[in-house]
Amino acid sequence: MANYFESEDLKKFGNIKRVNPELGQKFFDYYGAVMAEGALSAREKALIALAVSHALKCPYCIDAYTTTCLEKGADETQMNEAVHVAAAMAAGINLVHGVQMMNHIDKLSV
Amino acid sequence: MSRLSGAQQIELLERSSVSFASSIQKPYLVAAPEVKILQINVGKWCNQACRHCHVDASPARTERMDDATARRCLAIAQDLPNLEVIDLTGGAPEGHEVFPLLIEGARSLDKRVIDRCNLTILSEPGYEHIPAYLAEHRVEVVASLPHFSAQRTDHQRGKGVFDRSLAGLKKLNELGYGTALPLHLVYNPSGAFLAGDQTSLEKEFKHKLLNQFGITFTGLYALNNLPISRFLESLVRANQFKEYMEVLAQAFNPKTLPGLMCRHQINVGFDGFIYDCDFNQMLDLPVENRMDIWNFDLTTYLNRKIRIHNHCYGCTAGAGSSCGGSIE
Repeated sequence: MANYFESEDLKKFGNIKRVNPELGQKFFDYYGAVMAEGALSAREKALIALAVSHALKCPYCIDAYTTTCLEKGADETQMNEAVHVAAAMAAGINLVHGVQMMNHIDKLSV
Repeated sequence: MSRLSGAQQIELLERSSVSFASSIQKPYLVAAPEVKILQINVGKWCNQACRHCHVDASPARTERMDDATARRCLAIAQDLPNLEVIDLTGGAPEGHEVFPLLIEGARSLDKRVIDRCNLTILSEPGYEHIPAYLAEHRVEVVASLPHFSAQRTDHQRGKGVFDRSLAGLKKLNELGYGTALPLHLVYNPSGAFLAGDQTSLEKEFKHKLLNQFGITFTGLYALNNLPISRFLESLVRANQFKEYMEVLAQAFNPKTLPGLMCRHQINVGFDGFIYDCDFNQMLDLPVENRMDIWNFDLTTYLNRKIRIHNHCYGCTAGAGSSCGGSIE
């Protein structure tokens, strides 16, 4: 295997049921139910999934949910905004830890 | 213009790693017991030259149906006992001389008539009367609009097409299209991916077009891109052909087979030759026994074996795809 991430491997995701097929199937059933049209549209859910794909830096998910977003009718502007939401959240999460840092500075500054 | 002949396209489809014949477990499809739609492709002239056009239409094309052929199509329509719809396509049908003859002839037979309109023709000089003409004859308009964003529409159909399409839709709305008269939009993906759920896309299109532009329409038809003609070339150029064929084949849905348009229609080319569908026409795959409108026989036609190839995955992937949108 030349690389850790091979795009062709995404197609093998279903093989995860090779052992513990019942548990694997429960996951896929749950996954399908979550992503189906509900109070949120399937397109909105795909955009959320695209943002999460970036936040968790999953190349498989980025490919899969870029395609899904396009299929669901999202355009590049919407998809780009979703990625910015992920980026802004990541930046905010980093920055908010600055409070912890400041708390500790204040604690030590006796 | 596409550089691939029908035979070259078939050769490419042949090389694909998937097999539609294997998926349906036979080398042909069987026709439905009656013909409901007569689809007439009046020719390849069009005022646009879109990236995904399966007809390879453009302003440079000169193929046009003549009067005698159009009249013969109407005579066949009159004799088809269960015919419901005469579906006019091109090219841009409105730019062909036989357009009024076919519209008025079809309406006098009391058939529903569909005009597959690219919307921009409505703002071309000399065609400004077309919207009122369509409304006067109560022609159903099926209009191409790949997306509600200018970027994706213009990418596929050419710079400025989105704005001109909106202008066309507004003219049609003013004449009662989208409310009193049927106005359907046609969505097709702007790349190598499948059309999403038609109901969801329609909801999104209706919301965006109404709120941003004040446009209303009756419904949306979501179609897949078939791997033929210009789109096939684009796939090959982008090294996406193999992957797209696999995407189509993996999404093969046998439930779409009964509703496939080839089973319920006659497709006629500008020169009078008969095909199972407009896609087979563009691949130079004439109907079995190479029938034309001058030797047309309904019984023979209904008993024919419908010619298939790997492009047929495009109509059977996901929820399916036909000139009337998704099938399932």
